[in-house]
Amino acid sequence: MTVTAVHKDLDALTMRVEAEFPAPPERVWQLWADPRQLERWWGPPTYPATMTTHDLRPGGRVDYHMTGPEGDQFHAYWDVEEVDAPTHLVVYDGFAHDDGRPNDDFPRNRMHLAITAVDDDRTRMTIVTDFPDLASMEQVLAMGMEEGLTAAIGQIDDLLAEDVAAPTGA
Amino acid sequence: MQIAPPDYDRIFGALADATRRDIVRRAVDGQEGISELAAHYPMSFAAVQKHVAILTDAGLVTKQRQGRRKVVRTNREGLRVARRLLDRYQEQWTARVDRMSALLAEDPHEEPPT
Repeated sequence: MTVTAVHKDLDALTMRVEAEFPAPPERVWQLWADPRQLERWWGPPTYPATMTTHDLRPGGRVDYHMTGPEGDQFHAYWDVEEVDAPTHLVVYDGFAHDDGRPNDDFPRNRMHLAITAVDDDRTRMTIVTDFPDLASMEQVLAMGMEEGLTAAIGQIDDLLAEDVAAPTGA
Repeated sequence: MQIAPPDYDRIFGALADATRRDIVRRAVDGQEGISELAAHYPMSFAAVQKHVAILTDAGLVTKQRQGRRKVVRTNREGLRVARRLLDRYQEQWTARVDRMSALLAEDPHEEPPT
């Protein structure tokens, strides 16, 4: 398990996830900066992400959709605020209509990525997200599953359990 | 019967205050009314009443009649809803980090091709 810490700050309404990888910062940055690599970890295997636009510059945009087992898709995007490769990225993550227009019915949330070298071969990645993401995530789960909330929670728990257990294919 | 989905913004908004979180902790036993609760804090009865109202609206506490008085009791299910969502969010990122690790593990390890 490479997640080293998860900190929930109820006063600031943020959650911070810290992880360490046995790789240099430039390599960890590629996981975000290369859309083909991003696609391989952003969504779970059952809801893989496809990046259709990936313009990682301030003011740029990333458009993506996630496709479920029944072929159901939901669309989302990032508005890129700050980029400082290979250490720093700030995006607003929001949901979109099928044609890619932002769907303002759902809140956008800010995601702040920091990548720092711990030593020669280890890199720490820190992600700070606003809590409104939780509400929007719940909405997506309900949307994607087209099930009642309780059923969706059970299914997602199964999804995540499988996801952690399953070896990642090449 | 369709159960209304929890209002997460309201739940987490209510929890974004140290006094209100303390009230939620104290009210687990459901022994105290608003005036007893108010005695724990350097603020007015009205201020504590307002905090309790916010928690009530969020479904995190309920007011219950106990004999002649009303006590504030934590709604464990309301807390569980918040807890579950946070856990799930944490699991989502744990799973992502695992996938990132797996990708990095595919990299060749400084062994020149033969």
